[in-house]
Amino acid sequence: MIYSDLKTLSRALHEKRISSVELARLFLDRVTRLNPELNAFITVDEEKTIAAAKAADQRLAAGSAGMLTGIPLAEKDLFCAEGWLTTCGSKMLQNFVSPYDAAVVTKLEREAGMVSLGKVNMDEFAMGSSNETSWFGAVKNPWDKTCVPGGSSGGSAAAVAAYLAPVATGTDSGGSIRQPAAFCGLSGIKPTYGIVSRYGMVAFASSLDQGGVIAHSAEDCALVLSAMAGFDERDSTSLERPAEDYSRLLGQPLDGLKIGLPKEFFGEGANAEVVSAVLLVVEEYKRLGAKIVDVALPNSHLSVPVYYVIAPAEASSNLSRFDGLRYGYRAPDCNDLSEAYTKSRAEGFGAEVKRRIMIGTYVLSHGYYDAYYLKAQRVRRLIADDFRKAFRECDVILGPTSPTTAFNIGERTSDLVALYLSDIYTIAVNLAGLPGLSIPSGFDGQGLPIGLQLIGNYFDEARLLNVAHLYQQATDWHTRRPQGF
Amino acid sequence: MSLTLLEIEHIARLARLEITPAEVETACWQLNGIFSLIEALQAVDTAGIEPKTHVHDAWQRLRADEVTYRDEDGAVRDLLQSIAPDAENGLYLVPKVIE
Amino acid sequence: MTWEIVIGLETHTQLATKSKIFSGASTAFGAAANTQASLIDLALPGVLPVLNKGAVECAIRFGLAVEATVAEKSAFARKHYFYPDLPKGYQISQLESPIVQGGHLDIMVGQGEKSYEKRIRLTRAHLEEDAGKSLHEDFHGKSGIDLNRAGTALLEIVSEPDMRSAEEAVAYAKALHTLVRWIGICDGNMQEGSFRCDANVSVRRPGAPLGTRREIKNLNSFRYLKEAIEFETRWQIETLEDGGQFEQATVLFDPATGETRAMRSKEDAHDYRYFPDPDLLPLLVSADWIEREQTALPELPAAKRQRFISDYGLSAYDAAILTASLEMADYFEAAVRASIPAAAKLCANWVMVDLAARLKREDREISEAAVNATQLGGLVMRIMDGTISNAIGKKVFDALWAGEGSDADEIIEKHGLRQITDSGAIEGLVDEALSANPVSVSEYKAGKEKAFNALVGQVMKAAKGKANPQQVTELLRQKLASG
Repeated sequence: MIYSDLKTLSRALHEKRISSVELARLFLDRVTRLNPELNAFITVDEEKTIAAAKAADQRLAAGSAGMLTGIPLAEKDLFCAEGWLTTCGSKMLQNFVSPYDAAVVTKLEREAGMVSLGKVNMDEFAMGSSNETSWFGAVKNPWDKTCVPGGSSGGSAAAVAAYLAPVATGTDSGGSIRQPAAFCGLSGIKPTYGIVSRYGMVAFASSLDQGGVIAHSAEDCALVLSAMAGFDERDSTSLERPAEDYSRLLGQPLDGLKIGLPKEFFGEGANAEVVSAVLLVVEEYKRLGAKIVDVALPNSHLSVPVYYVIAPAEASSNLSRFDGLRYGYRAPDCNDLSEAYTKSRAEGFGAEVKRRIMIGTYVLSHGYYDAYYLKAQRVRRLIADDFRKAFRECDVILGPTSPTTAFNIGERTSDLVALYLSDIYTIAVNLAGLPGLSIPSGFDGQGLPIGLQLIGNYFDEARLLNVAHLYQQATDWHTRRPQGF
Repeated sequence: MSLTLLEIEHIARLARLEITPAEVETACWQLNGIFSLIEALQAVDTAGIEPKTHVHDAWQRLRADEVTYRDEDGAVRDLLQSIAPDAENGLYLVPKVIE
Repeated sequence: MTWEIVIGLETHTQLATKSKIFSGASTAFGAAANTQASLIDLALPGVLPVLNKGAVECAIRFGLAVEATVAEKSAFARKHYFYPDLPKGYQISQLESPIVQGGHLDIMVGQGEKSYEKRIRLTRAHLEEDAGKSLHEDFHGKSGIDLNRAGTALLEIVSEPDMRSAEEAVAYAKALHTLVRWIGICDGNMQEGSFRCDANVSVRRPGAPLGTRREIKNLNSFRYLKEAIEFETRWQIETLEDGGQFEQATVLFDPATGETRAMRSKEDAHDYRYFPDPDLLPLLVSADWIEREQTALPELPAAKRQRFISDYGLSAYDAAILTASLEMADYFEAAVRASIPAAAKLCANWVMVDLAARLKREDREISEAAVNATQLGGLVMRIMDGTISNAIGKKVFDALWAGEGSDADEIIEKHGLRQITDSGAIEGLVDEALSANPVSVSEYKAGKEKAFNALVGQVMKAAKGKANPQQVTELLRQKLASG
């Protein structure tokens, strides 16, 4: 049962072949047994989970259940959930029990009736690409426990890859859903900016952050995304659009679909094994009836520099509220207010978060704002315009998710520039606000998963998911399981 | 450009982060590495290009002027202050400013 | 050599919205600590702001009232500084594109004949959020923080440095205070902090470039504003005349000592690191919306003042006093409507002198006056038509105030206050007075004008004040001349 897709689980629940409580216990048992090897979960609360599962069972019994009612999920630990510890992977919030629910939690748990198995690990405040910056320790990749699972949604990816949860929420500001999905052999979607409410999702970089899903298949992603997306008046950047069934196009033939290959995504820096795996996928799409065209994203090489101005600028501002005065960590024995600020923040935040706060503070400070922040926002427009032009030539853009497969824990902690460059293919999508997804497309020589990225035009999630789905109908990469899980 | 140790100290002060002399040196070295990456922006011709602050070209939605948050009996306040580092009699307590 | 004083004001007006500018918490004053601090006002992780339409309406109304440009597109920015009463570590404000741009306010400075009009230009007015309050009483050596005020909508109104004296600054502040209450965007309660001024003050030799300015923060009464500017300008002039210098600084006014004192300077205090708030989209104010607000706007003080002068023949000074508040202006006009247009000047006098004195004595607002405008108009009408004299009018007013009757006519009848105009009756009284006061008569004839007044007084006393004073005077003169 634990290896089933969401449709199968839903059918079993609705046909009363298993109860939600039983299903939750199956996964909770695996968490208890296997999580110590992975460190994917920060918080597990069996009582709360079982209570939610009982409520789901009542809805199933009463006939008021939906497609997802009773299905367990893991929540990335930056979605506020009432009564749950919500840490953002930080010492700063190690004791923060949220008094309210994020919009995503309301939609998935309270409305759709999904059952939270707990809160999963992440890079501190979502700043990282390897899940090594968490105050709660690094997360290990189920495919190779000496490797990182990717980040920042590393706990989400590890939990789903190891079947500790059938599906997990994630957030993606520069690749934080797609890259861990790629590293862990999973499917992950970051929708168009503004589709999923950011209310209650602790902000890292407000103009880039977007909630999404990590699951085993594009189909599972579509089902959960349909339940989590939707207009929310509490988020001024939430888009007023009618609700969508993102699985509605699944199974439609690809005939005539134009897939764009940006040469910039296949150049230097990309690992040869990754490139050849991705090119094999292109062949598969040709067989499925797609047409391949070349497109250009001439400014995409600037996306990392732009990102490392904009994201830290917004982060330095967003994280100003963490001062240890109203909630969160306060350093002991502060003599005065100034010390309370500087010590609480110095002790509460980890090294990467502090680095980014300092970068952001600098680029916004007097005399540097124009040269860095404004400049980056202008180049951001150029990058977005590249995509606009590219989508005149094609329907979806295809390339690798990451230049490499998962790297070793500790390998890149001293070379920050190399670490930052590992997000080179995913970041541009956030800068433009487009939907992007990653699906598994093979393995490298060490048996590590290779991820394929598909980028769609604004609001084209349903088509994007179908393009991924058809590939998964023709291949079985997404059904492979890491040894020992 | 190159950040100096003094600038690092200044930024840390602006951001209210206590920083030791050893950390200043490390940060200086690391931040200069990151800025060497960022410097690529300076070569881009952005004349006439408007900064892009938001993903979508949309206008701010407005909320009706209505009171939707109510806590007359202070129950929510007490719950919120139960997770505060220091609170008493409905007030958040903070160390004094020492001039 | 003289000094020229240059003053510009930044005024924080709390907007009269029911809820806060970015949250649904109430703005009512005086609630128990932190019971009006919502999750958004407390800056909990993950919360987001949504703009209050009511606050935008207030800003539009203000922009129209000062003939400013109401920006079609404006934007919100974050202004960063760390302080316990600022939960997010930044204040949401407007920097580059404020909603109100330019404009002016015409003020009346001074009293009586020496008064003059002056136009003060406005730079801008922008929307922002208020901070909470730090309570510095001792809580075991700590400060208490109440965030009820955090997030209350503010309109910060910035003037050009057009004022040249403390008196002008106070006149401007008062005119602005009148205007924001007039158009209903601020309750104007200065004790509660609804209207607070920062004054930028500098001095220079006439014709010289602007001198170094110091900003006096948070003046919440007109008296403090005046005292603070007077002290500050004296201090600046003395410092400069002694050959000294001073730096640009922020200063605080201590009402107890009447002195200003520089705040501890912080080297990074002014690096606010403004940038566009990514959580809020640009604000669009349509021409339709502006049109609707324009239509809903009441006649403004300046226009009303002009109309009072041209329609009712009032002096500029009287017109200014009667338009000090919308309530006073409405009261006056209602009184005129209850009498006749020709009685306008008399109505004005009654409102400005008798009514105002009574209100002041009883510490009441005009809305709490025990004599309403219709009653006062009726009273003035009886003075106009000669039914009673002005002096008797005061008695009628007191009786009305005491609730002894529903209108002037009822009081006049009840107390028999109707004026004696029958010349036969008045002649009798005059004759009696002349024969009873021979000393006054002879003094008058010896050229003492005072004696005449004494005789008038005797006649009026005998008539219990009801004789027509004009007739009494005329008859007396006739009789004394002939006798």
